[in-house]
Amino acid sequence: MSVSETVDARGLSCPQPALLTRQALKRTSGKEVTVLVDTATQVQNCTRTAEQLGWQAVCEENEGTFRLRLRR
Amino acid sequence: MTGPKDIFASRTGIIMVGLAIGCIAASLQKLGNPPNMGVCVACFTRDIAGALGLHRAGIVQYLRPEIPAFCLGAFVAALAFREFRPRTGSSPILRFVLGMCAMIGALIFLGCPWRAMLRLAGGDWNAILGIAGLVTGIGIGVVFLRVGFSLGRTYQSRFPVGLAMPVVMLILLLLAIFYPKFGDNAALYRSESGPGSMAAPVAISIIAGMIVGFLAQRTRFCTVGAFRDLILMRDIHLLSGVIALVAAAFVMNLIFKQFDPGFVRTAADGTTSPQPAAHTVHWLNFTGMVLAGLSFCLAGGCPGRQVFLSGEGDGDAAMFVLGMLTGAAISHNFLMVGNQALAPWAVVIGLVVVLTIGITGRSVPAATG
Repeated sequence: MSVSETVDARGLSCPQPALLTRQALKRTSGKEVTVLVDTATQVQNCTRTAEQLGWQAVCEENEGTFRLRLRR
Repeated sequence: MTGPKDIFASRTGIIMVGLAIGCIAASLQKLGNPPNMGVCVACFTRDIAGALGLHRAGIVQYLRPEIPAFCLGAFVAALAFREFRPRTGSSPILRFVLGMCAMIGALIFLGCPWRAMLRLAGGDWNAILGIAGLVTGIGIGVVFLRVGFSLGRTYQSRFPVGLAMPVVMLILLLLAIFYPKFGDNAALYRSESGPGSMAAPVAISIIAGMIVGFLAQRTRFCTVGAFRDLILMRDIHLLSGVIALVAAAFVMNLIFKQFDPGFVRTAADGTTSPQPAAHTVHWLNFTGMVLAGLSFCLAGGCPGRQVFLSGEGDGDAAMFVLGMLTGAAISHNFLMVGNQALAPWAVVIGLVVVLTIGITGRSVPAATG
């Protein structure tokens, strides 16, 4: 079973959510990373960062928290 | 929610908005705003400080409607797309100080990053020093970000926290429209000469400002994020919007005959005059914007972006904007604007303050909830 890494970037200013996402994607040996953010802006920023590194993002929202599931 | 496939979030979207802002800025100048100052978040905030009587520099006092319109345009966009979210808690007082320092640095150059781009598009080569300083300041900020600099997390807050700044801006907008004079030697002040006396018609400024605020909120347009993301992540998304702004303003300036290249302006008879609202002390143009660029970078965005964020409920960005207003008053009251006597001291003290904030910034905090 592979361990899925989670980045909690809720409440952080630009560019920290995208930067933490980028660092996690470059670091991980797994195939899935979860990123938590709380604004649509950061959903877009983290998605763009992931897609630039060849990952795909699926987003779901629950009570103000966006859960981005990134897969390669 | 607004999905990542939203047109505003696309490369095409940010380029279109950059082009629109460039055209609007050059047009506002044509319609009466000061030269190479169609839009300037720093200068206009400074003019508002003057109108309110926070400083007494007689030539830069006018309650510019564009700034409140920016905030309210972003407010409308955030409400319409269900992105209005009251939040605070990310070192508000440090954001206030960063706003002050950013404004002090920007007013030494005589312009925010937006105006730096517009000055370039108008042929003022002093802007090259300012932009070089801006990028250097952002580069220093990136070093801090790489090692985990953070002002901490914001948390969801009560509705009035998010609503406070839009309400303040609405009051400012009403004051700009009716421009009451509360008494002799009392606010509102209004310049009779100089840049503060030059203005596009109020209605046009409001409409233009609302459009810019709306579009910038949707696209997350940011002149500091543009260079930061390029240096930090090789991401040219925001930069493509800024380049579009310069290109559009340049073309519009040619059409309107507002392009006059040089470090100074040379008339047909060979006499020279300064570029509008500019000076040629290169090291001050450079270092002033190093201070501004570093301050903006640590706070997470350019002055325009801070105004837009304050419109979508970010109480910390609102503190940054109030810091800018205060910084403008300090700059003029203590003779630290442009190449005035105390400007070098302002750069040194400002850099010490902002570098201290950078060095002592804690690592990205662990989640608490």
